[in-house]
Amino acid sequence: MTELVFAGTDGGAITRIADYERTGGFQALAKARAMAPDAVIEELKTSNLRGRGGAFFPTGAKWGFVPKPEQLAKPHYLVINADESEPGTFKDREILLRVPFRFLEGCLIGAHAIQAKHVFVYIRGEYEREFEVLVEALEQMHAKPGLIGDVTVVVHRGAGAYICGEETALLESLEGKRGQPRTKPPFPAVAGLYASPTAVNNVESVATATTVLELGGAEYAKIGVENSTGTRVFSLSGNVVNGGNYELPHGYPLKDLIYELGGGIPGGRKLKAVIPGGSSTVILTAEEAERANLDFTSLVGMGTAIGSAAVIALDDRCCMVQLAVRVSQFYEHESCGKCTPCRVGTRWLTGILQKIEDGRGEQGDLDLLLDVAERINGKCLCPLGDSDAIAVGSYVAKFRDEFQAHIDLGRCPFDGGASLDGLLAPVEMHERMIHAHHIPKPLPVIA
Amino acid sequence: MAETTLHDRIQELRDRYPDARSAVMPALQLAQSEHGGWLPEEAFRLVADALETTPAYCLSIASFYDMFRLEPVGRTMIEVCTNISCGVCGAQDVVDAFERELGIACGETTPDGAFTLRTVECLGGCGWATIVAVNNRHRLHVKADHVPGIVKEVRG
Repeated sequence: MTELVFAGTDGGAITRIADYERTGGFQALAKARAMAPDAVIEELKTSNLRGRGGAFFPTGAKWGFVPKPEQLAKPHYLVINADESEPGTFKDREILLRVPFRFLEGCLIGAHAIQAKHVFVYIRGEYEREFEVLVEALEQMHAKPGLIGDVTVVVHRGAGAYICGEETALLESLEGKRGQPRTKPPFPAVAGLYASPTAVNNVESVATATTVLELGGAEYAKIGVENSTGTRVFSLSGNVVNGGNYELPHGYPLKDLIYELGGGIPGGRKLKAVIPGGSSTVILTAEEAERANLDFTSLVGMGTAIGSAAVIALDDRCCMVQLAVRVSQFYEHESCGKCTPCRVGTRWLTGILQKIEDGRGEQGDLDLLLDVAERINGKCLCPLGDSDAIAVGSYVAKFRDEFQAHIDLGRCPFDGGASLDGLLAPVEMHERMIHAHHIPKPLPVIA
Repeated sequence: MAETTLHDRIQELRDRYPDARSAVMPALQLAQSEHGGWLPEEAFRLVADALETTPAYCLSIASFYDMFRLEPVGRTMIEVCTNISCGVCGAQDVVDAFERELGIACGETTPDGAFTLRTVECLGGCGWATIVAVNNRHRLHVKADHVPGIVKEVRG
């Protein structure tokens, strides 16, 4: 399989600068610096590289939106989103661990393209080893005169908040505030970090920018499929034999990732469903997963999205109501509380779903659930609440019989045999602690 | 004195940013590690003084983020991911095993102050489930029967 992001690693890590230089490291940066910033952006546009964080926004266009210094005389910033925390996603950490120099080279290419002298890498606080690897790599780069040049690179650690993966929340957090999304416009390109022109890019996107400069945009665009050029690092997890990251060309069949590379479903069990692009995406039934290819067009055609390329396989022990409860608990826990539909709605969704799972569901609850989802979707500053509504809504749409069975039987039809039975979510743990401290609990939302 | 050092180190952090406010999170992280893994009132005063802000502002930041602790914690923090991928691979068995082994419930600290046990949201290691963070170092592929060994290893 062609590896571009992990090229030259031979399954290992390149953490010494001499090893990276031996494999052609920093030649892409030299090439970029010999080009005008606009020419670098053109190269990215030709490659049709699209953002690897989840929104799939074209990287070249994003860099092109940043005003030129002569148009807007403020400091320009490149901010890297290394706050990887979409459930199912663990690719950026492996990129940081195994190819830190390719990533940092991409940062410097990006800084050149948008004419920024400051790069901030916002890395999630839980990635301690990854942070250390980055800092060590930067130290090695600083020892090479002229390599980093007059650019300042600061690695800034997050402190545990999923919402900071949303770019404007990330910028707020980087400014030393609570990580709550901003109203857009203005967009970060014009008024981002410290109200200055800013591009926010994902780790894999900038690491891939290095490859694009190495190969040339046109050559890069030949890899993958139309609308989804190049390779992608797919995170495979859940009920599979060989979980892990797989760098594959876009358009790779989902079933081959699960059954061939992933070794299939353990214990001879049956695949029930697949979450194709992180917990925010619409679920696929096993039948749909058979037909899906891992690219933008194929997955949009099936009503879902490639998202963060996080493929979660679920076997036949997965109770869809329990899955919905757990996903909703996550979004409830991570809601920043700024927008009412999300703050209140995610709690409502969890409450209704828990009621159904506990066997207390009434016929009207399914409609109520979808109604609440509708009242969240598209009504907030950021897509956090939408993600809960969309994911949970898709479980109901595709596994409605299973939700109905909970209501009809007055209990979970899995009878204690489901894979997510009795799972303790952090949001529940916090409620237990509040209870233990005799702090009055908020009134239950659902009777 | 630890206080002077912390103050100076916060000034170093401050110099990394165009705006001093950006140093609030790194300063709190530093203060937390120097105060036994949590943030007592004194830590907020120190950070606020060093960055010319108020303890209340620092508390408003600390309370937003999951990794800042506002109550004393054990010397070793054990965090088990119970998100989807870890969940379907038996994370709850791992949680139960830690509760049994340590004799505490999730969210609690052992009476000797050695361990705090928590469940956490996705730690970003889904393909290597179950992920357990021991003082922020991630253990991969943890099963319930590994738990006594992990606790023994930490106890030394």
